[in-house]
Amino acid sequence: MYSPEHINYLKKKRRRKILIFFFQILILLSIIIVWELLAKYEIINPFISSSPSRILSTIINLYKTHNIFNHIWTTIYETIISFGLGTIIGLLIATILWWNNFIYKVIDPYLTIINSLPKVAIGPIIIIYFGANIKSIIIMALLISVIVTIITVYNGFIETDHNKINLLKSFKATKYQIFKMVILPSSYPTIISSLKINISMTLIGVIMGEFLVSKKGIGYLITYGSQVFNLNLVMSGIIILMIVSYLMYLIVSLLEKILIKKD
Amino acid sequence: MKNNNILEIHKLSKIYHTSKSEIPAIKDLDLNIKEGEFVAIVGPSGCGKTTLLSILCGLEDYSSGSIIFPKKELTMGYMLQTDTLFPWLNILDNCLLGLKVKNNINIESITKVKELLETYGLKDFIYKYPSNLSGGMKQRVALIRTLAIDPDIILLDEPFSALDYQTRLAVSDDVWKIIKKEKKTTIMITHDIAEAVSMADRVIVLTDRPSKVKCEYQINMKDKSTPMHNRNLIEFKQYYDKIWKDIDIHV
Ligand SMILES: Nc1ncnc2c1ncn2[C@@H]1O[C@H](COP(=O)(O)OP(=O)(O)O)[C@@H](O)[C@H]1O
Ligand SMILES: [Mg+2]
Repeated sequence: MYSPEHINYLKKKRRRKILIFFFQILILLSIIIVWELLAKYEIINPFISSSPSRILSTIINLYKTHNIFNHIWTTIYETIISFGLGTIIGLLIATILWWNNFIYKVIDPYLTIINSLPKVAIGPIIIIYFGANIKSIIIMALLISVIVTIITVYNGFIETDHNKINLLKSFKATKYQIFKMVILPSSYPTIISSLKINISMTLIGVIMGEFLVSKKGIGYLITYGSQVFNLNLVMSGIIILMIVSYLMYLIVSLLEKILIKKD
Repeated sequence: MKNNNILEIHKLSKIYHTSKSEIPAIKDLDLNIKEGEFVAIVGPSGCGKTTLLSILCGLEDYSSGSIIFPKKELTMGYMLQTDTLFPWLNILDNCLLGLKVKNNINIESITKVKELLETYGLKDFIYKYPSNLSGGMKQRVALIRTLAIDPDIILLDEPFSALDYQTRLAVSDDVWKIIKKEKKTTIMITHDIAEAVSMADRVIVLTDRPSKVKCEYQINMKDKSTPMHNRNLIEFKQYYDKIWKDIDIHV
């Protein structure tokens, strides 16, 4: 069906893909092996740097003695709640700001100020106000993600092609129709990319919250590990966190494929 | 006074206000449009042509003057200067946009739009997306989207300016035929004198900004037919030269 040249082209492309994947795995394995060997022969201090095998046994141990899934689930749960709330609140406020330019102009400087403030700084206040519990963690995460969402999505809204808006206006469309038929659909790509940023923002907020609240969750495992100087625990926490955040990112990417399939 | 006007514009003025200055775009413009007429408006770029159309279809307010519909309130179908097909909608849904805004989607209207698409050579593209269409086809779709709401007057804002010269000739011929077949009153804006003379029944020449009507020409040609054909007539060249002098572009 295809010409030999095209088959050759496909072959080359596939070979390249395999090669890329091979090197990705190679890097991962090299890191693990080198790390393990360096620790084993005590070229680096395994007490401080931990090692892959220690991390693995720590995780297995955590799984057997403590309920590790409880910690993982706590973090995921907090992240999902904050992410969901952050997305909804962010979209809602961005919509209100688009709807009423006067409100936007009024609160614009406040948005900028809050956005540039390092949110960790108000962490202690949040804990004093809301207590050392999940509420504080969610508020922490919201603070970090919502403002960015508002700003990104709002900018997506106002960058909508003016001609498309005029076209709908020439049909005498209402503001709601304009929003639904052109502003929102043409902002899907912006919204999705803001979700992608959001998932990591939220995770940062949640982990920071868990550091401060220190009850459970992966963030708690990490702080607890560092307090008792158990670096194996700290490293295990970080590895688990890496996996969790990557999985969440994959879910948003999947959502992107479903939402923006046509062009 | 008995006449056939369906639209009368009287002493229309428009001033744009920006924080830096005020820009008079239109000043004391008078214009009457008759039923079934194809009127082309030419003028130097930036003179206020787009502004005039925006006012006619209610996108912009005007500062003073009056716009009167002697017979009945008219529906305007606006075809914008640039390609405004929605890339996330297929061709059919793009054409149904106006009806959707007006809550007029039903089996009947969908069938009508499909028929339009079929009649004008877009049958195979009904469920395709705009990215699959050539520039000329996109303009045809945009015209059908305008026709779908069955407007009394079609307003065209430099509808072919994004097309290359060859396509432009073919598409303007196409669009003209569609408009004549659907018997629509049309106001077309252009800065291309040849386009205006070949397509229109009447050509209005505007002055520099702030624009008003400088002069107008009833285009009479002995052998008048399609735009493509008209371009070869002797009178075409005469009208062209006269209007060229009227616009008097200083370089
Ligand atoms: N929204 C606006 N605000 C301020 N000035 C405008 C606006 N729209 C158009 N103008 C000005 O009005 C003049 C006429 O514009 P336009 O009607 O687009 O011209 P044309 O379509 O004939 O090229 C131009 O000088 C332009 O800069
Ligand atoms: Mg213009």
